[in-house]
Amino acid sequence: MSKDYDVAVVGGGLLGSAIAWGLGRLGKRVVVLDEGDVAKRASRANFALVWVQSKGLGMPAYTGWTMRASETWGRLAAELKDQTGLDVALQQNGGFHLTLGENEFAQRAQLVTRMHNQVGAADYRMEMLSASEVKKMLPLIGPEVSGGSFCPWDGHVNSLRTFRAFHTGLKLFGIEYFPERPVSAISRSGGEFRLSTAQGEIRAGKVVLSAGNANQSLAPMVGLSAPMGPTRGQIVVTERTMPFLPHPLTTIRQTDEGTVMIGDSKEDQLDDRTLNHAVSAVMADRAQRTFPHLARLNVIRTWSGIRVMPQDGFPIYDQSESAPGAFVTCCHSGVTLASNHAFEIARMVAAGALEPELVGAFSARRFDTNHAATGSGYY
Amino acid sequence: MFKRSDQDSRPSVRIVVDGAALAAREGDTVSAALLASGRDVRRATAVSGAPRLPYCMMGVCFDCLVTIDGVGNRQGCLVPVAEGMQIEIQKGKREIGR
Repeated sequence: MSKDYDVAVVGGGLLGSAIAWGLGRLGKRVVVLDEGDVAKRASRANFALVWVQSKGLGMPAYTGWTMRASETWGRLAAELKDQTGLDVALQQNGGFHLTLGENEFAQRAQLVTRMHNQVGAADYRMEMLSASEVKKMLPLIGPEVSGGSFCPWDGHVNSLRTFRAFHTGLKLFGIEYFPERPVSAISRSGGEFRLSTAQGEIRAGKVVLSAGNANQSLAPMVGLSAPMGPTRGQIVVTERTMPFLPHPLTTIRQTDEGTVMIGDSKEDQLDDRTLNHAVSAVMADRAQRTFPHLARLNVIRTWSGIRVMPQDGFPIYDQSESAPGAFVTCCHSGVTLASNHAFEIARMVAAGALEPELVGAFSARRFDTNHAATGSGYY
Repeated sequence: MFKRSDQDSRPSVRIVVDGAALAAREGDTVSAALLASGRDVRRATAVSGAPRLPYCMMGVCFDCLVTIDGVGNRQGCLVPVAEGMQIEIQKGKREIGR
């Protein structure tokens, strides 16, 4: 056998780089084949929550997987800091979903009850809080806030710095990273994978597809499937201000460097070079009704990005039966799940098989049946 | 560091910088008045706290950010002085309520 690498990871975004980093940590020889800077990259267009509270309705296994990620994120942040010196500013002191008006409060309360009642789901310790209870923790809320749900596991992180830390770590592990190297074909012969690129062939013992929405076309090359249904999201960013928001919200958070991010729309059109100002206006209006002080801040950026979104909203982790050693990984929550990818998925790939007790529910075979969940996976 | 031209006969405008009265000239921008004052008017940046003075004087570099009449993060180089204007040298991030 003349394979050049133990593992080729296709895709160098948050998901691919987390897995590659995890493999490097285990001493594997790894190559990462990535697109260039112009790639539609959710790793650079996300809301940076490490989020638990509303995930997994319709798929109880996803609640346990999310809790595991939340619990091990601290270890990931510490290891990245030790290795690279970069502080990813992880904060996990609980997060809110705030509601405006009584209708929204009632709807949210109903969702919390449904999450609680789901058989086999992890206990998120999510609770509804009245406006006066919320005000004790978030003193600057406005009079229209009717309350909201709180979950002590929720948090957020500097996701751009996390992305940078993974790539810095890859280099320190001696992992080869090739940008501008899209893969056009994958074949398997003589116990190794051959990945065709415009700059030549890469050979590896295993292959992990972590190419975001492009997995849809790559997966069939190794006998897998990855049904995706991407959506677009928009973000509004304010100038930096003194810390005023001690907990992240589903749609408002203050970064470690002081900017306030306001999100996050869900749109069907997939052109990330334009902005829908009507959507930004609704987001900004809701944000300033939630925190009236925000109205005085200047907006310095707005942008849109494309979500990587499996068709039912839940992650896909699968291994090929026809091409053993080939794996596909897709998920929307690449920030929240980064610790699982770095520790668990990397360990399974190194060992050569996904562990059914941890990730069996996430096989794409669920799309073969008619009763696959059709929720968005997060609410 | 800066000295006003002897030919400059514009009328004086009184502004207040961190509580101290300062004579600016009509037509000065806030940044020009601060630089001409000879005072230490260095702000501190929002993230690292590094000291900065107005630099480009044409609205591009944002190094002249200053609190004017209670509003933070104003670009001093784009705002003409006015009688009685209250200026605070901004140390770090803008406060959310200002």
